[in-house]
Amino acid sequence: MAAKITVRDLTMAYGDLVVMRDLNFDIQDKDIFVIMGGSGCGKSTLLRHLIGLREPAKGSILYEGKDFTATHPADRGPFIQRFGVMYQSGALWSSLTLAENIAMPLEESSKLPAKTVRDLACYKLALVGLSGFEDYYPSQLSGGMKKRAGIARAMALDPDILFLDEPSAGLDPLSARRLDDLILALRDSQGSTIVIITHELASIFSIANNSVFLDTATHTLGALGNPSELRDHSDNPAVRLFLNRGETPPPLP
Amino acid sequence: MPPSSHASPTAVWQKDGEGVSLTLAGDWLREGPEVNVTGTAPAHAPSRYQTDALGSHDSTLPAFILAHLRTLKSTADAQQPAPFEGLPENLRNLLQLALAVPEEGGPQSEESHDSKLATLGKLTLGAWHACLTMFDFVGQTVLSLGRLFKGQARFRRSDFWMTVQQCGVEALPIVSLISFLIGLILAFVGGVQLASFGASLYVADLVAISMVREMGVVMTAIIMSGRTGAAFAAHIGSMKANEEIDALRTFGFDPFDFLVLPRILALVLMMPLLTVYADIVGILGGMLVGAFSGIPPVLYYTETVASLTITTASLGVIKSVFFGAVIALSGCMQGMKAGNSSAAVGEATTRAVVTAITMVVVFDSAFAALFTLLDI
Repeated sequence: MAAKITVRDLTMAYGDLVVMRDLNFDIQDKDIFVIMGGSGCGKSTLLRHLIGLREPAKGSILYEGKDFTATHPADRGPFIQRFGVMYQSGALWSSLTLAENIAMPLEESSKLPAKTVRDLACYKLALVGLSGFEDYYPSQLSGGMKKRAGIARAMALDPDILFLDEPSAGLDPLSARRLDDLILALRDSQGSTIVIITHELASIFSIANNSVFLDTATHTLGALGNPSELRDHSDNPAVRLFLNRGETPPPLP
Repeated sequence: MPPSSHASPTAVWQKDGEGVSLTLAGDWLREGPEVNVTGTAPAHAPSRYQTDALGSHDSTLPAFILAHLRTLKSTADAQQPAPFEGLPENLRNLLQLALAVPEEGGPQSEESHDSKLATLGKLTLGAWHACLTMFDFVGQTVLSLGRLFKGQARFRRSDFWMTVQQCGVEALPIVSLISFLIGLILAFVGGVQLASFGASLYVADLVAISMVREMGVVMTAIIMSGRTGAAFAAHIGSMKANEEIDALRTFGFDPFDFLVLPRILALVLMMPLLTVYADIVGILGGMLVGAFSGIPPVLYYTETVASLTITTASLGVIKSVFFGAVIALSGCMQGMKAGNSSAAVGEATTRAVVTAITMVVVFDSAFAALFTLLDI
């Protein structure tokens, strides 16, 4: 069976400025896949390519063997319906309450009775630990709560693939830990594939089973594999340096 | 997949020894048919679940169970951990996750139901507070002006010149169009009436005096309310939403000096110029209509010049200074008071335009009364 997501020879560029060239990697079903790299290396850009907000300069992205990038943007509905995306700042719609934020995609995609929609919204918020906040507006929430609400909204349509852009950045260690547990639980119980952008090393080691490191210096893929193994055994010094927080990486055995 | 290939989802509450069991069957999918519930839900958690006939399911199933469990929150039953005996493991995990954190919502944003009297009272208090904010804002502006004259006000000169450009030169096309058309309309309407007295030539006087005293300045003020007042409110409002104003404060910039002062100065400087320009363009509009109805432009010009005195011509310009201040103030004030969300920025913009236009008309009436008293 084809991998869940296949990235082939992907080159990303803003005009003439090449961000990353010739990326090749696969994301398997039920992976928790981390995209990491230094600030400004193009992690968010890669995410925007994966979800179709930007078109690649070259190369293609396939979902279960079906070519996503070759599909006309207007015909990408079947792909996009299976995505859930949490944006870096939450991107909650500020004029809607949390429950309405989650209800809106539900109401758009199916004709459910209002009670069911409400129950679903409450359930999603309860999953991220926000029960009781259904009728709050995003502006009344703290930063961490907005992030969690963003995840609840990303899960509104029971997505097959969940993309999370820096979910734990700016959270206290306990909240970040809870979020990691949540991500693991979601993968285990809902069987979602999860793609995360993060540079929180603690999260990376505790949840990711596969990862890609984008190398800013060479504008190419720096390393691919399980982060714990990369930390100790990668042959790319930049990767070991990153995963060891800049402390002198132990010499390769 | 067509929904017909799915079995209808059902939930059956049944007595089961001491407790009540919940039998779940069919396919629980958002796209599928509605859930068929039989039996009455008990006031306590089900003692066991039967899921032998359960097909495929998405979040609607845990949402259904959770919705029932949450109705129990107030009763003592909620204290015990809900048993999920009989549920598949993934559902059990999800529900435990959903119930893991106790309600921490605090006060819900409650729907208040006030009596009519209370509503009236709140409205009155609201209006009073709005007045106080306005006075406060005007006061702060005066203080800020004081600092400007003492040379202590800090703002970026380039910001000021940018604003001058935005509310001056860039407004010329729309001001030209509107005042030309206003001049045209005045000449048409007046021309027909005056022709019946055989006094067609006095169209020049009519257009000149009404443009210079009223129409030029009022139309310019209304255009600038919609154009520049709204822009001020939206810009400052979104800066507030982004905490940019807090950032200014922490670096020791007074947001008043930095944002409000250059805008007010720019608009107060540009309004008189725009008004003079609008007056001239309006008179040209009248001249065009005159030329078509048989008044030679030279004659029209002589008549216009003869009808205008420096006093008349300066009235509009004097008013324009005040209108400029009023428009800039209401734009900046609504922007500074805006809430912290994108919806609040929209509201602030609306309020800025409404306040500006209202105040312009109110001030114009006051000036009309004043000039009548002074016999100008």
